[in-house]
Amino acid sequence: MSELLAVEGVTKTYSMGGLFGREAFPAVDDVSFAIAAGRPEIFTIVGESGSGKTTLSRMILGLVPPSAGTIRFRSEDVTRLRGGKARMAFMGAVQPIFQNPFEAFNPLKRVDRYLLMTARRFRGATSSRLAEETADAALRKVGLSYAEVRGRFPHELSGGQLQRTAIARALIPGPALLIADEPVSMVDASLRMSIVELFKSLRDDLKVSIIYITHDLATAYYISDRIIIMQKGKVVEAGSARSVLDHPQHPYSILLKQSVLSPEATAKLSPEPDPEPPRHERSHPSLREAPC
Amino acid sequence: MAKAATKSSTPTNGPILTVRNLRAYYQMQYFGITREVRAVDDITLDVNRNEIYGLAGESSCGKTSFIKSIAGANRPPLNVVGGSVRFSFLDRDIFRLSQEQLSTVRWKHLSYIMQGSMNVLNPVRRVRASFVDFAQRHIDLPEAEFFGVVADHLQRLHLSPDVLRAYPHELSGGMRQRVTIALATICRPEFIIADEPTTALDVVVQKGVLTMIRQIQQEMGSSILFVTHDMAVHANMADRLGIMYAGRLVEEAPTSELFAKPLHPYTAHLIQSLPRIGDLSPKKALGGAPPNLSEPPPGCRFHPRCPLAMDICRRENPALTTLAPGHRVACFAASPEVKPSAPANHGRASAPSLLAARSLAP
Repeated sequence: MSELLAVEGVTKTYSMGGLFGREAFPAVDDVSFAIAAGRPEIFTIVGESGSGKTTLSRMILGLVPPSAGTIRFRSEDVTRLRGGKARMAFMGAVQPIFQNPFEAFNPLKRVDRYLLMTARRFRGATSSRLAEETADAALRKVGLSYAEVRGRFPHELSGGQLQRTAIARALIPGPALLIADEPVSMVDASLRMSIVELFKSLRDDLKVSIIYITHDLATAYYISDRIIIMQKGKVVEAGSARSVLDHPQHPYSILLKQSVLSPEATAKLSPEPDPEPPRHERSHPSLREAPC
Repeated sequence: MAKAATKSSTPTNGPILTVRNLRAYYQMQYFGITREVRAVDDITLDVNRNEIYGLAGESSCGKTSFIKSIAGANRPPLNVVGGSVRFSFLDRDIFRLSQEQLSTVRWKHLSYIMQGSMNVLNPVRRVRASFVDFAQRHIDLPEAEFFGVVADHLQRLHLSPDVLRAYPHELSGGMRQRVTIALATICRPEFIIADEPTTALDVVVQKGVLTMIRQIQQEMGSSILFVTHDMAVHANMADRLGIMYAGRLVEEAPTSELFAKPLHPYTAHLIQSLPRIGDLSPKKALGGAPPNLSEPPPGCRFHPRCPLAMDICRRENPALTTLAPGHRVACFAASPEVKPSAPANHGRASAPSLLAARSLAP
């Protein structure tokens, strides 16, 4: 079976410290997974802040080179793409969606500009009429229309509309893989589920695979097919989303699931103090050494 | 030295905070054209002693404007145009305090836990300096004893006194947020405002921080106004819950009752659309978007998105009506008992002239 994306033994090491005593810090440590071609799925990466999920997504997008291991997209190493043509083909097939739509768009530029520019570069729309038609078709896939965003600045749209526009822009080149880094954490509660539903319909109707990066286990359970749980750069648990989240095995996965606040809580959070602060919490090395 | 505005003996019964018909608008004038954004429109609520009152609502529904107004921290263009805010530990309305009187009240009686802990702590000074800045004027002790009190208090929040010597960037997000909680509670204030205190944290740390806020609240017997858009957090924290939509309070009830029996369609939607582990039923999305507060829709502000909208909703604004003990709702569809509210008197004429004078001061 051919693979759309194959991540094999990927490691990214950053070095910390100053002139004296540098130490290597693995942000992503020996991560492997694969997404099959021809069978679209929502693949979720869950983990606490600092667990390496964003670094991993940036490596898949080719923005950060891995220190070790290979990332292959359609059997081609993403770090060895040479020439503008190969890069454009890769960028067209793998598109990002960022966390905060208000930061992803320049506040001083009109939103439609991004859509038209993408249509011109990736779809070869030579006339503005063609570019507008392409943008309109993409916007209709996310439940908007070109008339609604034409000439608008980012602040004139709601967070949900703007995130939909960002998704529409990512759809224009006709990608096979979308990488969505915390796409709903900045969207209002009443609009959040509509974005989550949209991802489902992109997978089912447009046959796009999605790498969904989040720390929200509840939406992850709701939409994902497969899931990996990361802690300190390592994958601690992987498998089908339902089985992993219904019966987590690794202590960290169990802790994550227990920490999800249930809306059905009848008893309030117990005021019992836990004797120790959570162990996984990292503090700066200098602080640990500090004498009392 | 300003004359203290606090009561020497505070009554031990009755609500600690009484807000009546509070209206706070952003008023801007460009070349003679006045633009008005009604961020807080006619809010009436009480917060009782030893209670966590949750306030829920999405971004730009006026939550932060409401907090600023009740803390007397509003600056033009946000002006309080009407209503009153009384704290039981003050002898008068908070808007009638001078800046000096306010600064003796803040932190000692009324404190905040803010969202971005990185923005609260000065990044170029050690944590110790923040404690000196915030708390030393209220805790009148020699330096060594003061830091003894601080260290004891930090221990209660499971922080080592070593954090005092650290810079904010050396601490993890959860530790930083616990430092801001320690800062806000060091003077044992009667009333704490917590504005999205855990939004930037991940789930494991969030649970620890929330448990800690609840624990310290019960220890000190303070009241907390807990503001967040996350309904799951409210379910675990709040004793009573108020739901805000487009500058108005649309429903208020004890938390368990609100989750079991929401009466307003907006509340019902918020609760139904919460994803839960183990639940795969399709979630309905609400059409439309929250209204622009400078041109709110007429009548009930939720009617363009409401599945139950009737004719009257497009014309009249429903009054917040008590339908069951402790359960207030502003929706015509909830019960025929809900009547249109009296046309709000938007004139600044009704506002005490003092308010107008204060809001114009630089």
